[in-house]
Amino acid sequence: MKRSAERQFWMASALALLWLMPVYAIAVSALSPEADLLAWPKSWLPAALSWETLRFFVQVAGVWDAVINSAIVAALTMVFSIALGAPAGYSLARFHFKGQNLFRMLIVMTRAFPLAILSLPLVTRFISVGLYDTHLGVALVHTALALPFSILVSSSLFMGIPRELEEASWTLGCGKIRSFARIVLPLALPGLAATMIFAFVVSWNEVFAASVLTLNQRTLTAFLFASLEESPLHFRLAGGFFLTVPSLVFIFAVRKYLFSMWGISDK
Amino acid sequence: MKVGRSPEWVAYGLIAPSVVFLALLFLWPLTETALMAFREPGRGWTAVHLRKMIGDLNFTVSLKNTLLLVAAVVPVQLALALGMASLLDRIPRGRSVFLYIWTVSLGISDLAAGLAWLSILGDRGYFNTILHMAGIVDQPVNWLSYRHPLALFLCIFIAEVWRATAIVLVIVVAGWQLIPREYGEAAEVLGASPWQKFRRVTLPLLKPTVQSALILRTVLAFEVFAVVYALAGRDFPVLVGEAYNWQGAYQNTHVASAYALFILTISIAATFVYLKALRVRRETLS
Amino acid sequence: MSDICVEAIQKAFKGQPVLRSLSLEVKDRELCVLLGPSGCGKTTLLRIIAGLEAADGGSVSIGGSRVDRLPPQRRNLAMVFQNYAVFPHMTIRENIAFGLRMKKAAGDLTEKRVQSAAEMMQIGNLLDRYPGQLSGGQRQRVAVARSLAVEPDVLLMDEPLSNLDALLRLEMRSELKALLKERGVTTIYVTHDQTEALSLADRIAVMHSGGIEQYDRPERIYRYPATVMVGGFIGTPPMNFVSDPALFAGLGASPPDGAVKLGIRPEDLQIDATGLRTRALVVEMLGASLQITARLGDGLIRVSVPAGSPVLSGQEFGLRADGDKCRWYDAGDRLMGEGGPKE
Repeated sequence: MKRSAERQFWMASALALLWLMPVYAIAVSALSPEADLLAWPKSWLPAALSWETLRFFVQVAGVWDAVINSAIVAALTMVFSIALGAPAGYSLARFHFKGQNLFRMLIVMTRAFPLAILSLPLVTRFISVGLYDTHLGVALVHTALALPFSILVSSSLFMGIPRELEEASWTLGCGKIRSFARIVLPLALPGLAATMIFAFVVSWNEVFAASVLTLNQRTLTAFLFASLEESPLHFRLAGGFFLTVPSLVFIFAVRKYLFSMWGISDK
Repeated sequence: MKVGRSPEWVAYGLIAPSVVFLALLFLWPLTETALMAFREPGRGWTAVHLRKMIGDLNFTVSLKNTLLLVAAVVPVQLALALGMASLLDRIPRGRSVFLYIWTVSLGISDLAAGLAWLSILGDRGYFNTILHMAGIVDQPVNWLSYRHPLALFLCIFIAEVWRATAIVLVIVVAGWQLIPREYGEAAEVLGASPWQKFRRVTLPLLKPTVQSALILRTVLAFEVFAVVYALAGRDFPVLVGEAYNWQGAYQNTHVASAYALFILTISIAATFVYLKALRVRRETLS
Repeated sequence: MSDICVEAIQKAFKGQPVLRSLSLEVKDRELCVLLGPSGCGKTTLLRIIAGLEAADGGSVSIGGSRVDRLPPQRRNLAMVFQNYAVFPHMTIRENIAFGLRMKKAAGDLTEKRVQSAAEMMQIGNLLDRYPGQLSGGQRQRVAVARSLAVEPDVLLMDEPLSNLDALLRLEMRSELKALLKERGVTTIYVTHDQTEALSLADRIAVMHSGGIEQYDRPERIYRYPATVMVGGFIGTPPMNFVSDPALFAGLGASPPDGAVKLGIRPEDLQIDATGLRTRALVVEMLGASLQITARLGDGLIRVSVPAGSPVLSGQEFGLRADGDKCRWYDAGDRLMGEGGPKE
């Protein structure tokens, strides 16, 4: 019994190392000078770590703008998805209303829907209302991607806060709005922050809609994607690394909440 | 103020913004896509875009590539996720560390994931170095080209498995946690081996979870796009890539919409197949 | 004056009636216990009085004025919840002060009231801690202190002791009783624990399927159960009911006209060789007493006799009822006669 548990542990460790390999590979690539990157055969440990490749990447015309664009779009997505999602999540958690299950179904279904390709018909509309090639336009589509998650997670957050806490505050002289602000919100805050971070990551990572809906205001993903064919290897790898780092940090911060995002219990 | 006055209206008020938003950015573009695919300004209904799509040289190739990739990737991911979840269930320590490492790709853009594997599988990558050390090749080989179709397919397969197993894993682990340990322990006491315990107790109880994981993963697998482009460029056409090309390069939104509609259709068809094949009987859920 | 007057309250959930035109009056400074099995509607009634639930019909008045249209925060009441509902993100001091802050009480008054409420509940040394650092019993004390600090007209308590372990519950019970008497605040207390009800209440309202079966002082509820349901619910073991007329004479009981059921408490039966012959099925030693379960006609009867009585399992013995303690019920299961001496 004991020995088999040890064996499981080593198997898991081996699998974990295998799993980290691509992250390691791209990190080393991005932190190596171009010459090392193209060396043959390659050495396993980086010969010399240097910022040269990354510095080159950031200095390419358009990259820094794309980073800023990505950050703005992601920030907008974050704000929209929490502003729309948290109230809906609260409603699902605290009220019983007709059509509740239908709404929940719609959300769960949307989560599993290839939403990004729906940006195709939006191009024409966005052009006519002036949203094409704007931060707002991309952020709207990204919000549609992130919203189902933000609703499901915030609903499970609010469900985790006992109703009695709110009721107790009402009986103690607190109105409903003040009770929400002083009791519910402080308790839900860490989880809501995680939801916002997740929305940020969704937007930061999205390629298709960002590529279709922008021309000059490229996000970093769209910029990289558009230049895949003509750019040198070390530029592409540095770009990949640049995309990866914030996501890794963010996902680490929200790891506790992954299950309410994807679990089927939806409770 | 009257107490509890129509709390339903408060509830509707709170979900209204989300409903309106999703209607505008989900239902409406969905309808629009369908209309675009079947209409031509000034000519009314037409199947010309559809015919153009099917007649397109890349259509059959990209359909074949996408289907093969989905058929290869999804089962492997499910098996891998079940294996990982069962390891997590049994390892004595470090659960949360392993869970984080195995779900790390969840936060990584498909484009970045493709580029990460490019650094391994590209001609100047680590993979070629391993082959060189093993004496199989002496010059770097570009496996990511149409000249090595099988190698190219395998490379994309590996990158996709790495990138998107995490989502299946999270769903499976979430479902696994809902199964009371007592069931497994009861089976153990009755003399079941670990494999029998998994096969006869855990897996049947996990069926609804497996169903929703398969649906979600398959639908998303049909969307495969940026990973492929990062690794293979245009050497490995896939459906979403074709939609992108018709929109961007050929400036034909109608055919692009036809592609989008086609992808949606096979996604929904796949969902129905899973729902039928893995029917969960209500009475078996406690 | 803060008496509570509930009139003709009706409430249904999804078409299922939970409260059927229920009325209840609680006098100023009185402690009324709502007692009943789970699902009888006692918590719903409490929540309607608190304003957390809206009734479908009827009225609630506190101190003579209607409150059923007021939100909970304007009814000047306080409630102690079953799971305490102590705010986890506030210190104990902030928790106790919360109600006063909401009512915009002056700072020094708040501080004084918090101190005295905390002292009263013996948690004065815990004021700067967070609820997570406290035991269940201590959180319970915080919840009570928080309610008393606002000096409410009415205190509502929803099974406040049910999450405590047995010993702590006993201790809290007597402490609460002393405290509530001293403060003289009108209280409605919900419980399903009859011992708690009997020990705490000035009056008990026994509830059953959305109505009040009997509303009276504890002794009278025990001695003169108004219905078969009340007799069968209260007492451990509960009252015996004998409905076979052939057995009445043997037990030494003479039914009045129209009586169909004899109700007799286990401790009001005596072993008497001249009484009705029966056989002991089980004899259980309960410390100060023996509980004998015996067959009687088609049913069972429980007898409670002082420990040391010479009855063994399987043994035959005679049984006689104390004539004064016999209660008779009519065909509608209601107590016959005037229901005991008037007070």
